[in-house]
Amino acid sequence: MSDQSLLSARHLRKMYGARLGCTDVSFDLHEGEVLAVVGESGSGKSTLLSLLSTELEPTAGSVHYRFRTGETRDLASLSEAERRFLLRTDWGFVRQDAREGLRMGVSAGGNVGERLMAVGERHYGQIRGKAIDWLTRVEIEEARVDDMPGSFSGGMRQRLQIARNLVTHPRIVFMDEPTSGLDVSVQARLLDLIRGLVSDLGLAVIIVTHDLAVARLLSHRTMVMRGGRVVETGLTDQVLDDPQDAYTQLLVSSVLPA
Amino acid sequence: MSETGYNFAYLDEGTKRMIRRAILKGIAIPGYQVPFASREMPMPYGWGTGGVQVTAAILGADDVLKVIDQGSDDTTNAVSIRKFFERTAGVETTTATTQATIIQTRHRIPETPLTEDQVLVFQVPIPEPLRFLEPRETETRRLHALADYGLMHVKLYEDIARHGHIATTYAYPVEVDGRYVMDPSPTPKFDNPKMDDCPALQLFGAGREKRIYAVPPYTKVTSLDFEDHPFAVQTFKQPCALCDAHDVYLDEIVLDDRGGRMFVCSDTDHCETRRGEGHRGAMLGTAPEAITAGGNSRV
Repeated sequence: MSDQSLLSARHLRKMYGARLGCTDVSFDLHEGEVLAVVGESGSGKSTLLSLLSTELEPTAGSVHYRFRTGETRDLASLSEAERRFLLRTDWGFVRQDAREGLRMGVSAGGNVGERLMAVGERHYGQIRGKAIDWLTRVEIEEARVDDMPGSFSGGMRQRLQIARNLVTHPRIVFMDEPTSGLDVSVQARLLDLIRGLVSDLGLAVIIVTHDLAVARLLSHRTMVMRGGRVVETGLTDQVLDDPQDAYTQLLVSSVLPA
Repeated sequence: MSETGYNFAYLDEGTKRMIRRAILKGIAIPGYQVPFASREMPMPYGWGTGGVQVTAAILGADDVLKVIDQGSDDTTNAVSIRKFFERTAGVETTTATTQATIIQTRHRIPETPLTEDQVLVFQVPIPEPLRFLEPRETETRRLHALADYGLMHVKLYEDIARHGHIATTYAYPVEVDGRYVMDPSPTPKFDNPKMDDCPALQLFGAGREKRIYAVPPYTKVTSLDFEDHPFAVQTFKQPCALCDAHDVYLDEIVLDDRGGRMFVCSDTDHCETRRGEGHRGAMLGTAPEAITAGGNSRV
């Protein structure tokens, strides 16, 4: 693993008018590293994710990304075309609501193939082959390749989203509460799958969650947010087993015993 | 005989100038949809208000106008628009492709090859090829600006996945001059190859959607496809039943309620010209009068 970070945020701040989205967020993410961002609703987690993935423009601060060429650039300096290209090649985004992350009117195969076609693949057989390969890897049967996502269960839709994002071998995947809204057994399977893929592919992941169990299971490092600020950050075990900040202590102690 | 009380070709000169500017911009950027201030025309949207405005803006007193609808010179839409310009501009009209200087069309490109002296004006209902894939106009404009056309192939992918082949048969998307993806209006894909490297200027007007776009003469027009599912036009098993023409687009006509049917040229002028030259199809002479007769009696 190289010493240089893949993604680094410095003093990120986002204001929605007079209201604070998040402020003074800085961190570095290295290749293959999984960072969990935890906190209650309204703590600025999703705002932060949108800033990092260039969906929102920060009010202040910067995000730098190291490209495959080794060059590090400020994301604010990218042209719209470069930004879009990055979003569909090097990056992935798995959303809480699969309806936002998928094209519901397009078959599972078409959903997975979209990124390939967007980067210029023009061979139907190869696109379909890769789509089927990825569907199998996320445990969706080959026979479902032409089915619409609407006919899929919640867990399958999330897995389809993951396949759709991973087909171009991204380096970073942003995940916004990927397991909420799923029942516990499906959650467990999905987390298992994500953990396997992350270690197989050496993906860097930033996962936003309010579920500390998800953070513990998947992430190397954890960042705790409250009211738009980072209150504590560190190795996941450290943060969850020996929380220093009062809010983190509250958060950890409020987990229902299994 | 022309109506009094109207400016030449119905539209006022200021409006024509505005439309000509849009046309010039469209020619300068092949395939790009230029917004224009579409006027209310004395016919409903969907009847060719865009095409009529483009024709009115480029029509001169010595032009010869031909209007076709689905290849035919004598359907309601074609007859009405032809009469409209006869009355408001007093220009000469024709049904012969070779004699026309301006051809306004809905759904077909004439079989007779066009020349440099001709302009083809298309009536366009939905100018945006990405419309049914991406409903947001702000987003489709951005996709055009960035030449981000992966989505178009997703549609073709879905076709093959569902039907085993690209099942889009009309309004088949084309790439113009290696840059913009364009909807060729609801012409059958049979006509797509005619747009490529065509000597005539091709203008597209969408009245309701307020867009004009153009393909200049001798411009490369490519139909989108996959390497392993290349673009192909429709083929017909038999020639035209009246004029025996091969390699033309045929209409299927139901003759009775016992399964009787015949296939005839959709381009009526082409068919009549060939019959005049002595070509005889299998059913010429036995087909009902209404189908074989030329001019206005054909349904």
